[in-house]
Amino acid sequence: MFISVLDHLKITPKRLFPSTAVLFIVTLFCCQTASAVTLKMAFDADPVSLDPHEQLSEGTLQFSHMVFDPLVRWKQNGQIEPRLATHWQQITPTTTRFFLRKNVRFQTGNQFTAEDVAYTIRRLKRSADFRAMFDNISSVIVINKHTVDIRSSHTNPLLLNIMTYVFPMDKVFYQGRDQIVKFGNSFASKHASGTGPYIVKEREPGVRMVLTRNKDYWDTKSKGNVDKIILTPIKNDSTRLAALLSGDVDFISPVSPIDIERTKNSKGVQIMTLPTGRILLLHMNEKRRKEFRDVRVRRAINLAINQPLIVEKILKGYAVPAGQLSASKFLGHVKGLQPEHDVSKALELMKQAGYEKGFRISMMAPNNRYMNDDKVAQAIAAMLGRIHITVDLKTLPKAQYFQQYDERAADIMMLGWQSDTEDSNNLYEFIIACQDAESGLGAYNASEYCAPSINTDIKLANRETNPEKRARIMQRIEVKLHDDAAIVPLYWQYNIWAAKNNLHIDRIVNDQNHPFLGDLVIDEK
Amino acid sequence: MFVFLLRRLVQAFVVMIIISVISFAIQNKLGDPVLQHVSMTVAPAERAQIRQDLGLNDNLVVQYWRFAKKAIHGDLGTSYYYKEPVLDVIFKKLPATFELAFCAIVMVAFIAIPCGILAAIKPKNIISRLVVALSTMGISIPIFIVAIFLVYIFSIQLHLAPSFGRGQTTDVFGLWESGLFSKDGLRHLMLPSISLAFALMPIFVRLIRAEMIEVLQSDYIRFAWSKGLNTRRIYFIHALKNTMLPVITVGGIQAGTLVAYTILTESIFQWPGMGFLFMDAVSRVDTPLISAYLIVVGGIFVVTNTVVDLIYGLVNPTVKLANHGL
Repeated sequence: MFISVLDHLKITPKRLFPSTAVLFIVTLFCCQTASAVTLKMAFDADPVSLDPHEQLSEGTLQFSHMVFDPLVRWKQNGQIEPRLATHWQQITPTTTRFFLRKNVRFQTGNQFTAEDVAYTIRRLKRSADFRAMFDNISSVIVINKHTVDIRSSHTNPLLLNIMTYVFPMDKVFYQGRDQIVKFGNSFASKHASGTGPYIVKEREPGVRMVLTRNKDYWDTKSKGNVDKIILTPIKNDSTRLAALLSGDVDFISPVSPIDIERTKNSKGVQIMTLPTGRILLLHMNEKRRKEFRDVRVRRAINLAINQPLIVEKILKGYAVPAGQLSASKFLGHVKGLQPEHDVSKALELMKQAGYEKGFRISMMAPNNRYMNDDKVAQAIAAMLGRIHITVDLKTLPKAQYFQQYDERAADIMMLGWQSDTEDSNNLYEFIIACQDAESGLGAYNASEYCAPSINTDIKLANRETNPEKRARIMQRIEVKLHDDAAIVPLYWQYNIWAAKNNLHIDRIVNDQNHPFLGDLVIDEK
Repeated sequence: MFVFLLRRLVQAFVVMIIISVISFAIQNKLGDPVLQHVSMTVAPAERAQIRQDLGLNDNLVVQYWRFAKKAIHGDLGTSYYYKEPVLDVIFKKLPATFELAFCAIVMVAFIAIPCGILAAIKPKNIISRLVVALSTMGISIPIFIVAIFLVYIFSIQLHLAPSFGRGQTTDVFGLWESGLFSKDGLRHLMLPSISLAFALMPIFVRLIRAEMIEVLQSDYIRFAWSKGLNTRRIYFIHALKNTMLPVITVGGIQAGTLVAYTILTESIFQWPGMGFLFMDAVSRVDTPLISAYLIVVGGIFVVTNTVVDLIYGLVNPTVKLANHGL
């Protein structure tokens, strides 16, 4: 299946000629000395579509960073870096002006302008998956060719975080045929034109995708030297690793923790890990079980679970034990909240609550969604056994698990959550807010715990622009959750990549797992 | 012959209808397709709307009726993930699976038959003993262990064969993407077809050996010996022909095992065929694709068994097809 941008271009052979001629001469001279650098990579998923707005998923965002460019993006150190927006300035409390990069062209040859940004944000607001994030943005006003004003309906402390999701699309190319279709065909799902470092050459969904370097890429300062990328999705952990170790691919992710030692010992292969904000936690359903309505029982469960042991034994140290939802780089993080483990105190609390003999509960966890999720669930079941809570554990593949999750089918359910905005508030909104089907608040709150004060604080934190005040509000939520023992935080997972030694992946990976492949440098052997 | 084929056609049709009903009935147990296609951050109300639009909230009978009406026109639905008609998706992957199965079957035929015969004719020979011992082991070792072992030895340690994928394919008459005509394609075929052959081989070795031993003790073989026929003629013409009858029958039944093993082999080697497609569809809850795969495989089953029965008639002229089976 070949997708050619050229088919949809209004380029006449005449206009094409000079560039092909130059290319031909260049290749004549270069080919003897420098060979094309090809990157073969295998990740666990591929983008479901070429439409960057069809699904908000890791695969889509990885793809967007290859074929498109965001206005701004996250650096490895958690700072925001300008891309298609060169700088910005807040002009009123609810309006921010973005100045756009000049002399940038789309892969079709069209000029990138403020119109494209306005068009893209309007399209994002039509996408089922992205709509909620862009709810705050009330309008986008084009000031001139390279300046755009973004207005929010109220003060918006996370505007820049959200702008990392704006990958300007070629308005001239898409307009008129830009429906976002989830379960069927659309123009945008088969054709792409962005400003990014790579152009899609070939795609067989689920099997492979071939991209080549965009010769006219605006970022000439980038040291990236990869001319061609062949992306193969490999779901099976051991097949993926074998592909790297046998030399069939150069770059893989993720790597299962039990394979890390073995991989490190292999010649010519490097491992790269980064801590992330992805939190794993347990929800104790208070609607299903009256026992869980007693804070002493919830506290006992928190005390019975030994997070550091789980991290050490099952995740081989590739996670950080958690005593709260917010990882240390998030504003809501409270320094003092560490996971506690004390079985005798837990037993004492169970006794006080009147459950000295314990009780029987059901628990569900996925078995192919998070790193070693089923083994972690088994360990937890065993740990709860020590305070006489008998656990009937059921682990399911993710396809079935999240259906069960929506039905709140067990007393304890496991969940992992990565904040879309790299901010604590996103965690609270989805995991712990009181449930509201319309707005989506509390959609993953399987504990049915509902504290009105937390909902108020979430709203406040969504508008407060002073970072210190905002941190205090969110830390208040964190402390409240801890005092009520509303959930059981487990750990923050690591992202793990492995690559051949001549790839400088350490500079291009980040904790969102969107490797900036445009900047990847491969040493030629 | 004509009556026989007509009956088989009817049978295939009934089998496919039954499979389609079953695949519809289990649909709800597979997971929610909407959840697989939206981000986790999409509000429940919005998800409910998508479900409604897709018609997933209708009762199963209504859904099946809608499916059946289209199916009559040859449209089994559109895959959620591939966004193309499911039959197109499946038939695009068919060549890969077919070539894999073909290579494995060739390997089985060229290794299992001689080994089985040898084990029967010369039971005391050291090679025969080895063959019998290996076949016992082969039956008891699961295919994925064999596959992982092969990958470890031949890909990771020796770098002799690629560990995954199909490699370069060539276009044959614009109909068939084939990996059989390029060196790269053949190298990629090596490990998956060996592991698949390894899974199928033992049962044939043992069956051929057992049948051959039995046939060699029958009266007509003894008569042949006493008549003074030469050894080769007795073994390879008279005895082997009758040995093959049950082997062909079992071969037909083993087609099912072959399908099951291709699913495993293809998932391990990331082989872009039908089995891999099916596993992927299951994990993505691509229900139209799952149903269509099951229906197509049901069809393949009936076809293989029909072919087996036809061969049966060729090998043993006394078998009357019209009375044979349904």
